[in-house]
Amino acid sequence: MHKADVVGYSPEPVSVRGWKEKEATGLRAKFSVRSWLKRLFRRKNIKIGIYGPPNAGKTTLANRIVMDWAGEVMGSVSDVPHETRKTKVKKNIAIKHGKKSLSLDIVDTPGVATKIDFHEFVDTYGMSEDDSRLRAREATEGVIEAIKWLDEIDGILLAMDSSEDPFTQVNITILGNLEARKLPILIVANKVDIPGTDAAVIKNAFPQHPSVPVSALTGYNMERLYEAMVKHFR
Amino acid sequence: MSDGVSINLISREKLTTMNEEEKVAFILSEVMDGKVLVLEEGLSPVEEADLMRRTMASIDHDTFIGIEIQGYYNANDLKRSAFKRFFARRTPPRMTVIGPAAHLRTIYKDGSVIQALILTEKPYIEGQAEAPPVAQATEA
Repeated sequence: MHKADVVGYSPEPVSVRGWKEKEATGLRAKFSVRSWLKRLFRRKNIKIGIYGPPNAGKTTLANRIVMDWAGEVMGSVSDVPHETRKTKVKKNIAIKHGKKSLSLDIVDTPGVATKIDFHEFVDTYGMSEDDSRLRAREATEGVIEAIKWLDEIDGILLAMDSSEDPFTQVNITILGNLEARKLPILIVANKVDIPGTDAAVIKNAFPQHPSVPVSALTGYNMERLYEAMVKHFR
Repeated sequence: MSDGVSINLISREKLTTMNEEEKVAFILSEVMDGKVLVLEEGLSPVEEADLMRRTMASIDHDTFIGIEIQGYYNANDLKRSAFKRFFARRTPPRMTVIGPAAHLRTIYKDGSVIQALILTEKPYIEGQAEAPPVAQATEA
């Protein structure tokens, strides 16, 4: 039995209607001090959050990493957006590259979005209205939870779909937030197995951050990602 | 008020009189009221994340499905090295359009043009109705 365990929890209960109005105030000032103190008194395992828009392949990536190093699956995947609606944590993953290793907890977060329309699940994916409404409601809670988790993590794997335009507002907002928090970022240019994709588009779009082209689905180039993770997050 | 979508151009001065919380609350309130806002100076990433979070908390799936938000990314900021970004004064966020997702669709965006479609209540059917207005903002 592997030591790694899956824990699905949020840092604090998520209340969709009752979130604290005062949380926003002074948020910026808290970022740098908090992340600096966290890094100064770093725990044994660092928490690496997998972030990105819906359908960027975040859970496929989490599954690939956890399968490669713990032999387990982290969550279900689907072509229907917002399959992951609850943050999941897999603890005690040890990644090795050469003589170096990295002990971490993987945090797989729901996709970050600015809109969620249950009609999309009905019209595009043929789901029932009741199931679609439930999925949409849970997805909104998931986005809130994902944003809250930014306070808890120590580094980010930002998953982007290499077949899509990287200059989405969600990508830019996530990147801007991570930069404001001074968190180490590694961009994962995922889905390079899709014919016609060009991972260089992502690299050229955000040249200030390291990026690694991979296919989490096929496992292509994952060794390079692990090398980059060990180098970047240690 | 007659049918249509109100487009409000919000000056930099108006937003700078508000703190972060007031700014986000003002924008969300206006957008939930069905207005499309064009901000002369956009939100910071921190404010945008806060807007996203509040938006999610306000979705009710029947009358408000979220927001559409697009701003010009600053190519110089994005391509600046980590060292320079650490020490340089950050460029203020640039012009941004925000509206209710049910009424605003981005159809094209690059470094200098954001083209958005404003949807009216009745869906546009070619040949049967007047085409919806297309709002186009171009970098000065």
